[in-house]
Amino acid sequence: MIDPIVVFVLLLGAATPILFAALGELVAERAGVLNLGVEGMMIGGALAGFAVANVTGSTALGFVAAAVAGMALSLIFAALTQYLMSNQVATGLALALFGLGLTAMFGKPYEGLKAPSMMAGPLGLNLMIWLGLIMVPVTWWFLMRSRAGLILRAVGENHDAAHGLGYPVRRVRIGAIAFGGAMAGLGGAYISIATVLQWTEGMTAGAGWIALAIVVFAQWNPWGALAGAWLFGGVTVLQLRLQAAGVALPVQLLSMAPYLATIIVLVAISARQKFGRSGGGATPGSLGQPFHALR
Amino acid sequence: MINRRTLLGSAAALVAASSLPALAQGEKLKIGFIYVGPVGDGGWTFQHDLARQAVEKEYGDKVETTFIESVPEGADAERALTQLALAGNKMIFATSFGFMDATINVAKKFPDIKFEHATGYKRADNVATYDARFYEGRAVIGTIAGRMTKSNKIGYIGSFPIPEVIQGINSAYIHAKKVNPDVEMKVVWVYSWFDPAKEADAAAALIAEGVDVFMQHTDSTAPLAKAQEAGALGFGQASDMSSFAPEPRISSIVDNWAPYYIKRVGQALDGTWKSEATWAGIGDGEVVIGEITDAVPAEVKAEAEALKAKIASGEYHPFTGPLKKQDGSDWLADGQKATDEELSGLNFYVEGITAPMPQ
Amino acid sequence: MFRLEPRASAPLLWQVATPVLAVIATMITGGLLFAALGFDPVASIRTIFWDPLFGPAAGYSRPQLLVKAGPLILIASGLALGFRAGIWNIGAEGQYIIGAICGAAVALAAYPTEAFWIFPAMIVAGAAGGWAWGMIPALLRNWFGASEILVSLMLVYVAQKIAAWMAFGPMKNPEGFNFPGSRNLQQYPSAANPELIANTGLHWGVIAAGIALAATWFLMSRHILGFRIRTAGAAPRAARFAGVRPERLVALCLGLSGALAGLAGLFEVAGPAGQITESFGSGYGFTAIIVAFLGRLHPLGILLAGLLMALTYIGGELAQMMLNLPASTVQVFQGMLLFFLLGFDLLTRYRIRRRS
Repeated sequence: MIDPIVVFVLLLGAATPILFAALGELVAERAGVLNLGVEGMMIGGALAGFAVANVTGSTALGFVAAAVAGMALSLIFAALTQYLMSNQVATGLALALFGLGLTAMFGKPYEGLKAPSMMAGPLGLNLMIWLGLIMVPVTWWFLMRSRAGLILRAVGENHDAAHGLGYPVRRVRIGAIAFGGAMAGLGGAYISIATVLQWTEGMTAGAGWIALAIVVFAQWNPWGALAGAWLFGGVTVLQLRLQAAGVALPVQLLSMAPYLATIIVLVAISARQKFGRSGGGATPGSLGQPFHALR
Repeated sequence: MINRRTLLGSAAALVAASSLPALAQGEKLKIGFIYVGPVGDGGWTFQHDLARQAVEKEYGDKVETTFIESVPEGADAERALTQLALAGNKMIFATSFGFMDATINVAKKFPDIKFEHATGYKRADNVATYDARFYEGRAVIGTIAGRMTKSNKIGYIGSFPIPEVIQGINSAYIHAKKVNPDVEMKVVWVYSWFDPAKEADAAAALIAEGVDVFMQHTDSTAPLAKAQEAGALGFGQASDMSSFAPEPRISSIVDNWAPYYIKRVGQALDGTWKSEATWAGIGDGEVVIGEITDAVPAEVKAEAEALKAKIASGEYHPFTGPLKKQDGSDWLADGQKATDEELSGLNFYVEGITAPMPQ
Repeated sequence: MFRLEPRASAPLLWQVATPVLAVIATMITGGLLFAALGFDPVASIRTIFWDPLFGPAAGYSRPQLLVKAGPLILIASGLALGFRAGIWNIGAEGQYIIGAICGAAVALAAYPTEAFWIFPAMIVAGAAGGWAWGMIPALLRNWFGASEILVSLMLVYVAQKIAAWMAFGPMKNPEGFNFPGSRNLQQYPSAANPELIANTGLHWGVIAAGIALAATWFLMSRHILGFRIRTAGAAPRAARFAGVRPERLVALCLGLSGALAGLAGLFEVAGPAGQITESFGSGYGFTAIIVAFLGRLHPLGILLAGLLMALTYIGGELAQMMLNLPASTVQVFQGMLLFFLLGFDLLTRYRIRRRS
């Protein structure tokens, strides 16, 4: 028998790293910044988090270090795109490559070591799972209810108008990018510290790219990110669970499903936007476009 | 240093440069390795690299080794092999199945270089193949798993449904069933040799199905980490993974390529190297059962070690009839042993495994 | 304080100088990085950037530059058209994979017939497959306004899963002992894309890359379409007044770049790679985006950038072999190279003025 509660607990674990990364990227994209380098920031967090946790014996310190590392990598992106006006798509790709390569180079001494034990939390779920879940309403509240969030969305929707109103477009975006980096770092560290308990190069294995898909699936809404992370995590967990139960599955076809679902969602919201029936959540107007104040 | 001109331009020059006499007296034998993963993968490639280091240790300054890691299969492999050949390596180990066609292609251009290809089925005068009878080790850890399970459900995390992995699943199941007739085998395929997060999820899925002892045919330690969390038991794979001993890792199945590499390099040094297909197992020290920890009761340990000894001496073959296929049709008659040919193309489960074979 | 002032047009000097500066900066930073890791920086840089061209085994590695650069250039020349118009196809990797699958399907269906029409038919199928995969984001953008960046990226994953499914299922080599992967097309003369002249690295894909460069150069500089593409990218509103139909441009750019990526995949599967495997897509589609940028979206620049990228791959392998540098060196170099180029690019597009 397949116990739905057990599957749900598995799903929570599988969804946590991509949820963190997706929430971070979501905020960045809401500010109008498309950072394709999530994978690079995640792997940076995975290494820094593991290394610090291993050396200090404290997983908490490990996660702090992961957030700092993710943020540091994101600031390279911020400097290039915000000050040097570089193309966001290309810079993001470069960041992904750079992060993967750099961690592989500097991670050699940490191969084969083990992470200290994870911080336990209520209901048998570790603290980072809880933190991930808490970050959903927090991010939502920040974006939708706080004044700072309103400014951030305004910047993402139309940077020229926001600039005209006197909002510091560049500073807001840098803040959003840094937040995205820190969250991606936490997500990466969850993989190395809590899931695998070891460091190996390339261990994020594409989770950063999945996070990008989730943001779209989420229609740039934090609750949607939770749903997306559960969908992507859930399909993996459920197909493995069904295999274990002896059900024959077309695994490759099944694992395509979340991506196809994401495209369908994207088309649906775009159509709604285009044909005028407005609703909550939509592609930020200035997404991916460079901003330069002509003044 | 090789003169650049001799290598410029024509095919003739290339061949001429490569067909210089194999070794002058007192010269080092240069040996190249290409790996499919990073040396730090902690599994497959890591073990090949340990064997490379063993070769260096054994022969000291008579040899010089180099390696290229993380080589994608296909066009890049062919180039990496050629680069090694042009750099003066006289013996080259290609350590992944997917390098097969590339190795054969390059070997044609460099008839005087000795190639060793792992786990493939194509040979040439200067291409030998080698593989390990991992299924022999699976028989031993299958026995332990059959004895150690309390839920009577054992699990197997498969990488890809290829013969080598299917041999392992069958062998583990047959021997678990021998010591525990009630045992059931649950199989999960992750379609990757190395994807730590997914392997961990696969382990968790098995545990949720009620599996309390499982084996893995993937390279990361993530499943063991999951087992530790859930109080299940597992086995090290490819490398010893002893950092998870005594529990959850109660033993391991180690790919020990060192004896083979040392033997073949020795033959290359004294001129007796010949192209052959080697399929060595426990008896040759190529498949090693890692320390069985104290978490395993002494009598189970003794039973496993007795089986290991019988396999090592050649007295017992893990695939000995009577055995039926999963669909109930006959495979091996009483006392009949599976041939190597049958095993190398194995694409079915034995009777009793209920998991579906992926199509 | 300083402030930036956009330039009306990018001066040629800076356009040429910035990539060169970026390469130099990458070498210096890379050297420092190697020194920090305990490697000889000068030897490392020389092995990566010099030896593949002029080192002891250059006779082999120089043609290999073409083999590695061919698909990159072919894909990048298509992408550059769209990028110029502000149409962001970042799913070339998916189009590359689908092109290869469609081309291989023709060959595998015809196997073992030997006939002259097989290879041309594969080329058509490969281009059509890539075109179709590229048209999905184009149509979704035109009909519904869905972002082509995101749709084309999602389709990369779908394509990768299709490749895995093909390798394990419909295209699995029946004589391959149940190992995943199709028949090797190199061993099927009618379908093979061999090296045309021994030791030159020249195969049909490289020739196609050359043609693509020439054609896109002609298109961009001599044809009305090129003018429209440039206008659409530089001043979308003005382009509308000038009679440019954005929908057509989207379909044209995504379809064309998809077709070229599909061709690259086809030539790769029939030649250097040989077979469809689950890991067939090895990142050419993404690296080509870097090539397009590094080459300033200009055909000549793309040619040089493609060769430079190929050089880092091959030099990276040499550095592993000769100096035991880790394989990840290549990724770090490619990442840094692009960082520096994008950073220095500021100088071509803006004038730095002292704020009064």
